[in-house]
Amino acid sequence: MSGANRIAGQGRLTPARTARFTFDGRSYEALEGDTVASALIANGVHLVGRSFKYHRPRGILSAGAEEPNALIDVARDKARRQPNVRATVQEVFDGMIVSSQNRWPSLAFDVGGVNNLLSPLFAAGFYYKTFMWPKAAWDKLYEPVIRHAAGLGVAPTEADPDRYAGRFAFCDVLVVGAGVAGLSAALAAAGTGARVILCDEQPEAGGALHFDGSVTIDGQPGYEWAQATTARLAAMENVTVLSRTTAFGYYNHNFVGLVERVTDHLARPERKLPRERLWQVRARRVILATGSIERHMVFANNDRPGIMLASAARTYLNHFGVAVGRRIGVYTASDSAYEAAFDLKRAGVAIAAIVDNREKPGEAVVAEARKLGIEVLAGHSVVDTKGHRRVSSMKVARNGGGSGRSIAIDALLMSAGWTPSVHLFSQSRGKVAYDAESGRFLPGAYAQDCLSVGSCNGTDALQASIEEGLAAGELMARATGYDGGDKVELRGENAFEWTGGMAGAGEGAGADTTVKAFVDFQNDVCAKDIRLAVREGMHSIEHIKRFTTNGMATDQGKLSNIHGLAIASEVLNREIPKIGLTTFRSPYTPVTFGTLISHSRGDLFDPARKTPMHEWEVAQGALFEDVGNWKRAWYYPRSGETMQDAVNRECRTVRNAAGVFDASTLGKIEVVGPDAAEFLNLMYTNAWDTLKPGRCRYGIMLREDGYVYDDGVVGRIAEDRFHVTTTTGGAPRVMNHMEDYLQTEFPHLRVWLTSTTEQWAVIAVQGPKAREIIEPLVEGIDISNEAFPHMSVREGTVCGVPARLFRMSFTGELGYEINVPADYGQAVWEAVWARAEPLGACAYGTETMHVLRAEKGYIIVGQDTDGTVTPYDAGLAWAVSKKKADFVGIRGLKRPDLVKEGRKQLVGLVTKDPGVVLEEGTQIVADPNEPKPMTMLGHVTSSYWSENCGRSIAMALIAGGQARMGQTLYAPTADRTIAVEVSDMVFIDKNGERLNG
Amino acid sequence: MRKYSIFAVAREAMRGHKGWEAQWTSPEPRKEYDVIIVGGGGHGLGAAYYLAKEHGITNVAVIEKGWLGGGNTGRNTTIIRSNYLYDESMNIYEHSLKLWEGLSQDLNYNVMYSPRGVMMLSHNINDKQSFQRHIHANRLHGIDNEWLTPEQAKAYCPPLDIAATARYPINGATLQRRGGTARHDAVAWGYARAASDRGVHVIQNCEVKGIRRGPDGSVSGVETTKGFIGAKKIAVSASGHNSVIMAMADVRMPLHSTPLQALVSEPMKPIFPCVVMSNSVHAYISQSDKGELVIGAGTDQYNSYSQNGGLQIVTHTLDAICELFPMFRRVKMMRQWGGITDNTPDRSAIQGVTPVKNLFVNCGWGTGGFKATPGSAHLLAHLIAKGEPHRLAAGLTLDRFRTGRLIDEAAAAAVAH
Amino acid sequence: MLLIYCPYCEEDRSELEFRHGGDAHIVRPTNMADISDEEFEEFFFLRDNPKGVIYERWRHIHGCGRFFNAARDTVSDRFLASYKTGEPKPALSGASPASAQLAEPPAQIDETTEGTAK
Repeated sequence: MSGANRIAGQGRLTPARTARFTFDGRSYEALEGDTVASALIANGVHLVGRSFKYHRPRGILSAGAEEPNALIDVARDKARRQPNVRATVQEVFDGMIVSSQNRWPSLAFDVGGVNNLLSPLFAAGFYYKTFMWPKAAWDKLYEPVIRHAAGLGVAPTEADPDRYAGRFAFCDVLVVGAGVAGLSAALAAAGTGARVILCDEQPEAGGALHFDGSVTIDGQPGYEWAQATTARLAAMENVTVLSRTTAFGYYNHNFVGLVERVTDHLARPERKLPRERLWQVRARRVILATGSIERHMVFANNDRPGIMLASAARTYLNHFGVAVGRRIGVYTASDSAYEAAFDLKRAGVAIAAIVDNREKPGEAVVAEARKLGIEVLAGHSVVDTKGHRRVSSMKVARNGGGSGRSIAIDALLMSAGWTPSVHLFSQSRGKVAYDAESGRFLPGAYAQDCLSVGSCNGTDALQASIEEGLAAGELMARATGYDGGDKVELRGENAFEWTGGMAGAGEGAGADTTVKAFVDFQNDVCAKDIRLAVREGMHSIEHIKRFTTNGMATDQGKLSNIHGLAIASEVLNREIPKIGLTTFRSPYTPVTFGTLISHSRGDLFDPARKTPMHEWEVAQGALFEDVGNWKRAWYYPRSGETMQDAVNRECRTVRNAAGVFDASTLGKIEVVGPDAAEFLNLMYTNAWDTLKPGRCRYGIMLREDGYVYDDGVVGRIAEDRFHVTTTTGGAPRVMNHMEDYLQTEFPHLRVWLTSTTEQWAVIAVQGPKAREIIEPLVEGIDISNEAFPHMSVREGTVCGVPARLFRMSFTGELGYEINVPADYGQAVWEAVWARAEPLGACAYGTETMHVLRAEKGYIIVGQDTDGTVTPYDAGLAWAVSKKKADFVGIRGLKRPDLVKEGRKQLVGLVTKDPGVVLEEGTQIVADPNEPKPMTMLGHVTSSYWSENCGRSIAMALIAGGQARMGQTLYAPTADRTIAVEVSDMVFIDKNGERLNG
Repeated sequence: MRKYSIFAVAREAMRGHKGWEAQWTSPEPRKEYDVIIVGGGGHGLGAAYYLAKEHGITNVAVIEKGWLGGGNTGRNTTIIRSNYLYDESMNIYEHSLKLWEGLSQDLNYNVMYSPRGVMMLSHNINDKQSFQRHIHANRLHGIDNEWLTPEQAKAYCPPLDIAATARYPINGATLQRRGGTARHDAVAWGYARAASDRGVHVIQNCEVKGIRRGPDGSVSGVETTKGFIGAKKIAVSASGHNSVIMAMADVRMPLHSTPLQALVSEPMKPIFPCVVMSNSVHAYISQSDKGELVIGAGTDQYNSYSQNGGLQIVTHTLDAICELFPMFRRVKMMRQWGGITDNTPDRSAIQGVTPVKNLFVNCGWGTGGFKATPGSAHLLAHLIAKGEPHRLAAGLTLDRFRTGRLIDEAAAAAVAH
Repeated sequence: MLLIYCPYCEEDRSELEFRHGGDAHIVRPTNMADISDEEFEEFFFLRDNPKGVIYERWRHIHGCGRFFNAARDTVSDRFLASYKTGEPKPALSGASPASAQLAEPPAQIDETTEGTAK
């Protein structure tokens, strides 16, 4: 027998199919289909955890996702360990390792339990009032202690080896919840032919039919009907049924997030299966059939292990075949708890008494109790309990006074009525409305195309739920355009009509009492804490929540919110709706990070972009740097070389012989059309109509506010065709920027834009031997200085491949950039390399490119400019047309602050000691002895050791920089002050003679 | 006001905590106040407190549409730091940080300022250049901020994955040790209590419907859901709703309001010792005293007042978090929420005079408002009392959008090239 | 995640395919070079930032690539209209304040909410 409390003949599990698991090191037997909670109760284990603040012993309160107490740590192995799992939801699998949490050294003896004795000190919000002296002690002493005592489970410490999956799905009707109402809705909707997704958080459909053993639907026992109906639905082509799937969030425009738990219940999951799957569903219509959650009663010491919700005890009996005790008390304000007592009594369990705080319980249930010989104490309350690790007695007193008597019990079932689960409705931004008669918040005004049906809509009666579900299913399906199928009819019978329910503190836990009557179990919030919050001026329910932490635990107030509200309402003497309801936030139940990210990890997190020559570069031993999403070759160290060695060699080689550089990452845009030149005139500060076909020009692009946005060389291929290049990182936004203006501001221009970044591989060959290297490879283009001068472009073939050949230079050397279709990139590169290497050239990376361009004072947008720099600041006034009537940025440039004296200007900096290389980012000051905060003139934007200059060189943005030529300034670093001199930015070949080789 | 201390708590413990008084009073509005502050968040409540404490102006009302601290004060990820780049930003955030350091004692309210260190991860050369620029600027301003190697970063924050093979490898980090977190609600409550104690009226559930102006164009009071309330001066500090309130005085603002989302995990035992931010992968994370991982996501791209953003924003943030901390993939998200941030074009705040006489504005704090709370409040009080900005807030004027004198911290973070 | 109607593709598509483009109907002055500092501030920086209906631009960047305009309620995030660039602001019958819209359930579900009204 899998546990002494398993009752033969009860429940739906198969006795022969067992599984073993351990709890805190001890081995237990369970049945397949058990939750950890049902298996532990079957084995007589009620103490499963400790509370958050007082470390009070806690048991199993519920049989569902609302569980606040029974949180456990579940592991398959060391890396597959999950804290804070609800024992009431986690299915047992063979070999699982379960541990209790938030206790030390053991669950039975927990040192933290001392907090319970000190609890008078630890009233709500006490920490705001103390721990302020001495000042430094908060983060050194108090906070670490508090942090250590708080928290629940222990976070995983190893990378999660499991895999997660995700799907986007579309449907006409999404039905959330497969209880009576949800199944009815799904049946009706599916019958029309509409595409339906039905999801339910439990392993099997049925909802309340799990515990309600008496009802029948169409003559079948309810639970069996639910299974048969689900099977029928699942067999339909237009229906997807998802079990173990929680709808956790309802977002804009009928977008609903679902999480499907695929393998957490399996002992040996197939490797191909993901652990969980995220479904992102866009539904044309949504039907919410999310049911209700039973509330506990609020009375002194209502938290002892063995005290649980009545419906939970009924679930354990009718579904799992487990008796939660042998002599059970019931404390209720609702008829529903009676049925738990009836079922248990019929199964042979003693019912000590039903204590009903109402003077007049429902007649039907009282009559049935009498028939079964169960004592009903109407107008009585349970005012206290005893029992350390499990409840041992309840103290029952007549309402309004009396000393009361103690009744021995080993479990206590309670029900304060049912709270409709309006979480998803509220997340959809529907407005809940308070129904004073039933004391419930129910769906009011809808904000999205959804409907609530069944008990989450306040519809309690069985047949009414069925009919509401059927009507909604049909209506919603028809609203999406489906009208097939016959009308579905269902008949539900044998249901009790429940009455009753209460919210707030019960007898003995009212105002002026100091007993621990728990409202929020996990966070240890008692009725008195709510009252204290009100006393301290917290009158909004949000303040009460935040001050007491009521409803902020992992169950997010599923049990506690309404009680908290009712207690506040009573103290404030204001009606419940006037105090307000806290906002329901997603997720309904916690969702694994891994599931939310699903495939987006590792290589798929943010796929890297690689150039056509990447593999060659890898083979040559290049190191790479990340630039935007690109992997760019950074430098090519040879054996034994440091980075500086390699860069020095590459720099020397390019200027003395030549270098080959992969420039494929530069953004490229083909601008075509009769008005292309006019369009570029508006996009760039330069004039483009004067550029002749076959020539190139360096262009500056501004934002409308006048700051440098991007730059690049633009070649005019033909009258109506330009080859635009952008910075590597800027390509997408420049494209977007151009499209924006073309489509919305200048739609009259006949221009077409095409991003060609990935279509061209670009091989830069730079250096005195550049022409010699490429000459034999080029066909159809005369590349002599005269025929093909600096800043020219021609179309022809290179290595037999159609190419655009640019004569341009970002090094100050004679240079070419060979553009060939990307697929030919590596082949052409290798052909170039076969020419280059014997001539003493090298391949060089971005670091050398940076040094070489800095030697020439060429700027890099994004490094030497930062979004606050105008072309004038950057020394690029020559590139700003004075003749054009308009270009983007023309007005922004003239604003007062952009034209005033003393702006930061880009200049060169040379250190007095040529061997010192400034750190990029170093701030520059005029007076190194000024006390802090010092006046900073600007900062070093680029700084390198220049092997070719034999000294360090730098560029800097300096206030009034142009007027400071030759001035000595200072760069104060952490350990010394470096003297620098303001200089011109061109450090090599000031007359540009090397451009012609 | 009864002083809070361990002795007071112990005394109350003996008698069931029956003796605590309301932390702030809830009076009916007077006919007129010297100053009305619109917006009962940390900035507004703090300004009222400093008006009373340092400027002797106590005939002050803070008017709040909902509940105190219910806007961004109570919805943020509580990060505090001052290692900004520009003088204008450093001035105000460092002023604020200094006030944070003594705030619990000043207010006699434990706001749980916890200088556990704010680390910003550098993933590429561009990041490093930008961070070094910050470090140098901070040092010369007198602000602590230091560079850590990947190994030093890992030592300070053990969960960090510094493998060079990561998609975004960590090539270093900055650390501001005085940076950290505080308890957000406590800031609003502490200021409300201290201000109320000095005579300030804290009026909740009172929505401003209009701003009334006198014959000379200057403000004369506000129309509210509790009727007209006169005021000699009005300061608007309503975060996401600033545009709406300022429009009542016919002032258009350079603002757009967007949802900013955040989330917390289930509580766990201490595992994460500091605050970590990564601009390159867009994520920031810390662990609260309750044990929840507090994770900031990005703003949604569109204007909205819905306090409700898209799931894709959250999942994208978690992508980044799990890439940096692979062991957190099994951790669960417990709650996600959104606030409405008011953003200026240069992502720096506006605090100053407006075209309307005796109407002052404090807004545009975007995603950085919480850390600025004491500093902003302190300088806002000065602005209201003196009619002109404090030296430390002088750059935050509204007219910079006309002159072009922007404080573009975002632009200064530069872009990849 | 929003569901956005692209007036060029004539399809409802997920927000993931779109990029927001700021306020719509802000016309770039044709005499740009000559406007005053105040006019530039107005054009480039000042915005209504309405709590209610906003006219905004979207680009179907991962679809047809076109910019278009939309009217959306910034409180409910519901789209009221979606129209091509260059078309005038549409007359919005339902352009009432957002709160009123939220209070009004979608027409097709009146029937059942009536039936189960509490």
